[in-house]
Amino acid sequence: MSSTFLGMPATPPRSPYGTGNLRGDRKFPAAAHDDLGNEQLRRNLGKATHTIRAKRLHVTGELPDWEELRDAGSAIKTDTMNRLPELLEELERKVTERGGTVHWARDGGEANEIVARLIKETGSKEVIKVKSMATQEIGLNEHLESIGITPYETDLAELIVQLAHDKPSHILVPAIHRNRDEIREIFLKEIPGVDPSLDNVPAHLAAAARAYLREKFMTTKVAVSGANFGIAETGTLSVVESEGNGRMCLTLPDTLITVMGIEKVLPRYQDLEVFLQLLPRSSTGERMNPYTSMWTGVTPGDGPQTFHLVLLDNGRTAALADRIGREALNCIRCSACLNVCPVYERAGGHAYGSTYPGPIGAVLTPQLAGMHAAKDDPNSSLPFASSLCGACFDACPVKIDIPSLLVELRHQHTEQSGTTAEKLAMKAAAGVMKSPKLFTAAQKASGLGRVIAGRDGKISRLPPPFNGWSDSRDTPAPPKETFRSWLASAEGAATMRAAADDYAQNRQQEEEK
Amino acid sequence: MRIGLFATCLGDTLFPEAVKSTAVLLARLGHDVVFPPGQTCCGQMHVNTGYQREPVPLVRNFAEQFGDASIDAVVMPSGSCAGSVRHQHEIIAERYGDAALRSGVATVKAKTYELSEFLVDVLDATDVGAYFPHRVTYHPTCHSLRMLRVGEKPLRLLRAVDSIDLVELPEADACCGFGGTFAVKNADTSTAMLQDKMRNVATTGAAVCTAGDSSCLMHIGGGLSRIKSGTRTLHLAQILSSTRTAPHVLTEAAR
Repeated sequence: MSSTFLGMPATPPRSPYGTGNLRGDRKFPAAAHDDLGNEQLRRNLGKATHTIRAKRLHVTGELPDWEELRDAGSAIKTDTMNRLPELLEELERKVTERGGTVHWARDGGEANEIVARLIKETGSKEVIKVKSMATQEIGLNEHLESIGITPYETDLAELIVQLAHDKPSHILVPAIHRNRDEIREIFLKEIPGVDPSLDNVPAHLAAAARAYLREKFMTTKVAVSGANFGIAETGTLSVVESEGNGRMCLTLPDTLITVMGIEKVLPRYQDLEVFLQLLPRSSTGERMNPYTSMWTGVTPGDGPQTFHLVLLDNGRTAALADRIGREALNCIRCSACLNVCPVYERAGGHAYGSTYPGPIGAVLTPQLAGMHAAKDDPNSSLPFASSLCGACFDACPVKIDIPSLLVELRHQHTEQSGTTAEKLAMKAAAGVMKSPKLFTAAQKASGLGRVIAGRDGKISRLPPPFNGWSDSRDTPAPPKETFRSWLASAEGAATMRAAADDYAQNRQQEEEK
Repeated sequence: MRIGLFATCLGDTLFPEAVKSTAVLLARLGHDVVFPPGQTCCGQMHVNTGYQREPVPLVRNFAEQFGDASIDAVVMPSGSCAGSVRHQHEIIAERYGDAALRSGVATVKAKTYELSEFLVDVLDATDVGAYFPHRVTYHPTCHSLRMLRVGEKPLRLLRAVDSIDLVELPEADACCGFGGTFAVKNADTSTAMLQDKMRNVATTGAAVCTAGDSSCLMHIGGGLSRIKSGTRTLHLAQILSSTRTAPHVLTEAAR
């Protein structure tokens, strides 16, 4: 009798190593070190994050049902992830019925090729772009430029980043690391025909960008966008934005190509009532974003007459396969977690090396692109780039428990890492701490710390790996007596007795009154 | 009540005064304080650094030491250790433990409290008879604030202290930058966070910066000592255990 080997289900692929923008070239501590030294950057970030934080608290605090909205958002997203395949097929069916064409891209490379082919088919040599995380993630602009197609970013901040040949450092405010003087310099250098007397007044800077972009909107035949939501029930796509540049891109060109991560699908049209409240209040701190665009396939005589939807996996199915980590896919890219994160606020977005920085990036990036794809993979440092303070969890509009996900990914990292010096030390520490006898002996030995302490009882320098700690902090020398030895001593017993007597006396006095 | 005191490994070894104060305070409020001598560490450092197999014996030991039904409550002067017992022990038991461990962990979890929670929620005490005639500012530690949700409880206790001059800490809910091994692995970022915390402490002009976790205080205090700021750190328990008859005497702060 012959047997057929059906095979084990393979782990879904991550975003391929060496493609796109989901991995930096250095680990977080090294990258952060340089950015922390940039005083201008720290001032820009501190000011911007504090301003957005206050606005967000104001507009979320005024809603009596904010917590219920968060619960609803979390429930809808969790339901979506639990039946992602059927919802995506429904979305494909509806988009096709309404005259659109759906393409499936396993990874960033495939998505780039699909988009490039579609643009070539139109004969256009340039495209206008709506700000999109998905196309940043896959490095679409770099790919298009490499084959002679010029992409124009039309979101003001995204344009600044593009003109500066820079990378975004924030999900919502990609040029958060730039101030107005720097922006003026960039515009003077990069915008063709710009008025050389341009000053640094924000309105003048915006007007310069506007004049430059207006011409692109009027002449470019193809647009590329991302999507905030894709509704399975109706095939409707949606982009929310503030500047109106998105509305131009989505309505003026002949051809519209939308690249959407597969986790952006929502089951029902009505689900938007939850997310269109959660998203603007969490991201820009506005009650409502200025522009909400929705389109369903192609409408004859109105808007782009050719519509393509590229559904992007690029590691999302791999994330979905992780029972715990999949919660990160619920993210709606509001960036509230970045704005409240004390680590992001100091280190800035570039230190994360990924399109997705901050707390959500630290849990999403390793899941999409892996954190052990190469020796000393920089992504393996991301789950550790957090003090686990929990501010992100409180701010998240869909209640992603980011601190728990960070701890889980840290565990996955140590499980994958084989034998390291740290693991041996942790094993040794646990070996000592599980035995009260050894623990007490170790406490006695720690008294040796008094030998290296100065006359003031403080240790001011420690050897590696603790030198980073002692560079800015004194450590008290271990005291002569531990708590347990004090408690067992005659003095400890007498003190505890006296405290109990105190209580008895007070009781007696009260009763006598 | 019969209270099982968990000293925490850090408190027992490096900051015994905070634990002594906790023990004395609870005894002074009329409770029987027991110290299971086999106690060691809750395993939080292991879990937060990514190690979940190694701390299994620590989680088991904790459940065994405090599981006894004669212990009505387990109290510790640390929000993060209480957070570990309440939120992390079951994750470890679920993944790497057996049925006995899972049940042991659940039993202990239900009666584990951080000090301020225990005083306010269980004993319904806000005025614990303390006297502390100094200017104090309070830093809410992240795990007590966002993991345990102690909220205003420590402040209610402090407001009831006789003669205290309690001043609000600006940006109080911002993390001090400790984060356990974070302060070692990401020492630069941690230091940047510490600097902002110290700047805010300085604006209060407080003689004492207090909190419910010796670990965060070790971090803040270590920084304040290095810059010779004149503000010292004291655990919340040390303020609450100070009385008119036995007042806490402030030591000279580094200047």
